[in-house]
Amino acid sequence: MSQQNYDAIVIGGGHNGLVNACYLAKNGLKTLVLERRHLVGGAAITEELLPGYKFTTFSYALSLIRPDICEELNLPQHGMMTLPMPNDFHPGFNGDYLKFNGDAYEDYHEVARYSAEDAEALHDFRHLMNRVCYAMKPIMDSIPPNSRSDDPEELQRVADLHGYLEGLDDDIQELIHKLWRGSIAEVLDEYFESELLKGLMASSSIIGSMVGPRSPGSGLVWLFHKMGEYDGSFGSWGFHKGGNGGFTQVLAKALRSFGGEILLDAGVSEVLRQEGRTTGVRLTDGREFYAPTVVSALDPRNTFLKLVDPAELPADLVSHIEAYKFQGSASKVNFVLNDVPPYPGFEGNTEIFRGFTNVGPTLDYLQEAFEDAAAGRISRRPFIDACVQSTVDPDMTPPGKHIMSCFVMYTPYHLAESDWDTERETLGDIVQETLNEFFPGFHDIVEHREVVTPLDIERIVGISEGNIFHGELFADQMFMNRPAPGWNQYRTPIAGYYQCGSGTHPGGCVIGAPGKLAAQQILGDLVSAI
Amino acid sequence: MPKTTPFHPRLEALNRTKIWDNWAGYLTAPRYQYSDLSEYYAIRNSAGLLDTSPLFKYRFSGADATKFLMHAMARDIRKCRVGQAQYTTWCDDNGFVIEDGVIVRTTENDYLLTAAEPNLRYFRQINRKIGLADCQIDDVSADYGILALQGPHSLNILRGLTADAEKLRYFRSVQTEIGDKPVLLTRTGFTGDLGYELWIKAEDCLDVWDTLMAAGKDYNITPLGLHALKIARVEAGLLLLDVDFSSTRYAWVDAQRETPIELGWEWMFRGLHKDDRDFIGRVAIESEIANKTSRWKTVGLTVDWHHYQQLHREAGIMPPLDGVFHEGTMNIYRQSEIPWDYAGYATSLVYSSILRKHIAIAKLPLDLCEPGSQVSLEITIIRRSVNVLARVAEMPFFNPNRKTNLI
Ligand SMILES: Cc1cc2nc3c(=O)[nH]c(=O)nc-3n(C[C@H](O)[C@H](O)[C@H](O)COP(=O)(O)OP(=O)(O)OC[C@H]3O[C@@H](n4cnc5c(N)ncnc54)[C@H](O)[C@@H]3O)c2cc1C
Repeated sequence: MSQQNYDAIVIGGGHNGLVNACYLAKNGLKTLVLERRHLVGGAAITEELLPGYKFTTFSYALSLIRPDICEELNLPQHGMMTLPMPNDFHPGFNGDYLKFNGDAYEDYHEVARYSAEDAEALHDFRHLMNRVCYAMKPIMDSIPPNSRSDDPEELQRVADLHGYLEGLDDDIQELIHKLWRGSIAEVLDEYFESELLKGLMASSSIIGSMVGPRSPGSGLVWLFHKMGEYDGSFGSWGFHKGGNGGFTQVLAKALRSFGGEILLDAGVSEVLRQEGRTTGVRLTDGREFYAPTVVSALDPRNTFLKLVDPAELPADLVSHIEAYKFQGSASKVNFVLNDVPPYPGFEGNTEIFRGFTNVGPTLDYLQEAFEDAAAGRISRRPFIDACVQSTVDPDMTPPGKHIMSCFVMYTPYHLAESDWDTERETLGDIVQETLNEFFPGFHDIVEHREVVTPLDIERIVGISEGNIFHGELFADQMFMNRPAPGWNQYRTPIAGYYQCGSGTHPGGCVIGAPGKLAAQQILGDLVSAI
Repeated sequence: MPKTTPFHPRLEALNRTKIWDNWAGYLTAPRYQYSDLSEYYAIRNSAGLLDTSPLFKYRFSGADATKFLMHAMARDIRKCRVGQAQYTTWCDDNGFVIEDGVIVRTTENDYLLTAAEPNLRYFRQINRKIGLADCQIDDVSADYGILALQGPHSLNILRGLTADAEKLRYFRSVQTEIGDKPVLLTRTGFTGDLGYELWIKAEDCLDVWDTLMAAGKDYNITPLGLHALKIARVEAGLLLLDVDFSSTRYAWVDAQRETPIELGWEWMFRGLHKDDRDFIGRVAIESEIANKTSRWKTVGLTVDWHHYQQLHREAGIMPPLDGVFHEGTMNIYRQSEIPWDYAGYATSLVYSSILRKHIAIAKLPLDLCEPGSQVSLEITIIRRSVNVLARVAEMPFFNPNRKTNLI
C-alpha cells in the first residue's frame, strides 16, 4: 500500500472542500483534496455533455458565495467572473407577466400594472429586507456558539448573540422572527395583493426544500436565499462565466496557487482512527493517506454514519444524524434549444431571458405543486426556475444555439408509487409540457434534453437523498443545530476529524462559508494545541 | 442643436433609456440599457460595440508628413511602421502634455490620428512655423465614423467577415472590407481587452454597423454606452483627458499641468538618448528624466476590502459597491502621526465588479509610489469624510493575455 503524509486531508472536492483546503494551504498546511469523481466541483460543475454545449448539470447560478472568501483567496485573479442578471421574467396566465429590467422606476411601473400599492410596497419591503440581511450577515459569517457547552466562553457567546438580536431595530427583529419559523406566504400577504407578484417573490422560499410557500419553514428558506448578494446588493444573482463549474475550476486554481494538491478518482471509504484520533483515510481502492487532520466535505450522513463507525460516536449525536432530514425534492432538466423560448409578444427576444425565468405564477400554483410532492408524487405542474445562460455567455453553446437549465420542484426523492429509474423521462415530459404551456411552441425548439433526478444527484454527487443543501434548511437543523446540537462547530467526537460540507453552518448553496469557517476552527485548534 | 454621428439612426433606436450626453458636440449614449454592468461585462465576456465617432480625426499626408510628426509628437513616429498604430502624446515647449491619442500609419506617407479636442489649427501652426514643403494636415472628422468592437469574442465576430482579422496583431492595422465596404481595421481600443477599432467612411457607416450587429448576434454583441467604457478604461489603467489630467493649452498655472513622465508615460521615451529628433518639449522632458524633477506620479490605487467593509459596518450601513463611480478629486493622506497629512489625490474611483474591489487612479509624491505603499483615501460615509486604507497598485489593474496575444 502506498502511503503519503500530509498535514491535512480534505475528503470531497466540492466547492466547500476546495475552499476549506485553500484556507488550510494558504496557512501553510500541506493539504490534499481527495475527490471521488474525475472532476472537482461536486454539485457545482459544468460538463460538455455534447460537443460545444456546456451543461450546468446541477447548480447553475451564484449569489451566496461569501465576498470575504473571494477577496481572501484572490479569486478574481484566478478568473472568477460573475455575470450580472439584468432581467427577470415571470410569466403568468392569460398573457400576464412581470418583466424586470433592473431600473427601480421601470420596475415600479411594471408592478403598478397590477397594483400601484404593491409597486410601492416592493420598495419598502426591499429596503427592510436589505436591513434584515445586513443584520444577519455577521451571524452567517461566523462560527455559531455551541449550545451544549458549559464553557463560560461559549455561554457568553450565546448571551452576546441574544443581546445582538435584541439590539436590532424592532422592524428587523419582527421580520426575522416571522421568517425564522413561519411561512413566506404570511409575510407576503401582509405586504402585497398581486398574486403574480407574490408568486414570483415566493420562489426563493421553496428552492430545494420540502415546503410549500404556505408551509411553516418556507420563511427561513427564503431568508437564507436572500442573504446572497451581487456587488453589494442582497438577493441578487449572477451567472459564473462558464457556469458554476467555471467557479469551482477557479477554486481549484486558487488551491494550486497556495500549494494544495488535488487527487481525482480517489473515493474515500473510511476515515482511519487510532485511540480516538484520526490518522488519515483509506480509499475504496485500498490506498491510504495519512494526516493528523482530516476534514469531511461530505454530508452529515456520510461524515458520521459511513466514513466512521457510528458505534464509536455518542449515541445522542448518532440519533440526531439519523433523524436529520434530507428528503431531496429538486431535480434538473437541461435543454438544448435552437432558439429562446417563445413567449407571446416576445418571440425571439433574448433580453428577457438574461436572468431567471420563473415558472410558478402564484402562491396557489406553488402550493399545489408542493401538495403533490407531500403525497409522494412528482408535481403535475412543477415550479421551474429556468436560466438561459447562453443569452449572455456565448461560450456556453455553439453560435445560434441555446442551453436552458431548468431547476424543478417538486420531485420527492421518495416516490410513493414508483421509483426514479422508471420515472426519469416522465419527469422530462412533465417539465417540457409545462414549459410548452407557458411558452407555446416550446416543443419545437427542443433539440436535446438531459434529466437529472434526485436519485441521480445522490448517485453522482454522493449527496444523501439528493438534497441539494446536504440536508433541509429547517430551523431545527440550522445554526446551532446544524448538523446536530453540540456538533455545530465543525468538530466531531474524533479528535482531528472535522466536517465542512453544506450540512454544517450556515448551510447549502454555492456559498463557501462552511469551508471557510471550518478552516478557521481547525487552524484555531492547531494553534491552541501548540 | 447637438450634432449626430453617422451611426445615430441605429443608436437612437437602440437607446432604451432615451438619455443622451454631449461628447464634443455630438449626441452620445451614456448607456443603451438600464444595466451599465451588462454593457461592461459584454467587454469582458462577449463583445461590445461603441461609437467613438465624436473624436476629432486628422490626416497627415505628403512626403514630409513623417518629418512633421517627428517634430510635433513627443513619441518617435519612426517606430510606427506602415500597418502599425502608436499610442502617442504631444506636448508644449515646457514639456507639458497637450493631449494623447492613437495614430495609425496607413501608408508610407499617410497617417490618421484621433484626438479628444480640436487640434487642426494647432498642428497647422506648427507646420507653418517649421515650413515643411510637403505635409498636408486635414480635418477628416466628418469623413469617417469610428466603431470600437471590444471583448473576447470580437475576433470571432470579425473572423466571419474578413480574413484579415485573424492575423492582426496588437496595435497593427489593415485596410480591409466588411460586407464589401472598405474599412481600416486596427487592433486597438480603450478597454484593455481584446478589441478592434474600425474607421468607416461616413456613407458606409450604417451598413457596417448592421453587418457587425448581425454577425455578433450569437456572441451577445452589446451596444456600449460611455459609462461601461469608463469603468473598463480605469481597470485598463488608461487615462482620460479632463478627468485624470488637463491639457496645458487651457491651464492657468503649472499646478494644473502635467508632464508625460508624471502621467506614467516614461516608457514612451525609452530610447531617447539614441533618438536625435528635435521634438517639441524635448529639452524639458529630457531634463525632467535626468534630474528626477517630476512633482508626482500617476499610480493605481486599490481600496482595502476589509477596511471598507468595516467602516461601513461601524456606520451601520451597507457598503456601496456597484455604482460607485467617481470622476473628480478625492484627497489622499499619508498614514502618519500627523492627522490629515495631505499626500495627493485620486481622480477616478470606481468599483470594479470583476476585481470585486474599488480601484482608483491617483497622483502621489514619488516616495509613496512603490506598489504596496499604504495611504488613506478620503471617502464619504453618511455625509462625513472618512479615511479608508488604500494601497498603491500596478496598472493596468486588469490585463488579460488575450489583449495582446495572437489568438
Ligand atoms: C441540482 C442542483 C442545483 C443547485 N442549484 C444551485 C444554484 O443554482 N446556486 C447555488 O448556490 N446552489 C445550488 N445548489 C446547491 C449547491 O450547489 C450545493 O449546496 C453545493 O454545491 C454543495 O457543495 P459542497 O461542497 O458542500 O458539497 P458537494 O458539492 O456535494 O461536494 C461533495 C464532493 O464530495 C465528493 N465525494 C462524495 N463522496 C466522496 C467520497 N467517499 N470520497 C471522496 N469524495 C467524495 C463528491 O463527488 C463531491 O465532489 C444546487 C444543487 C443541486 C444538486
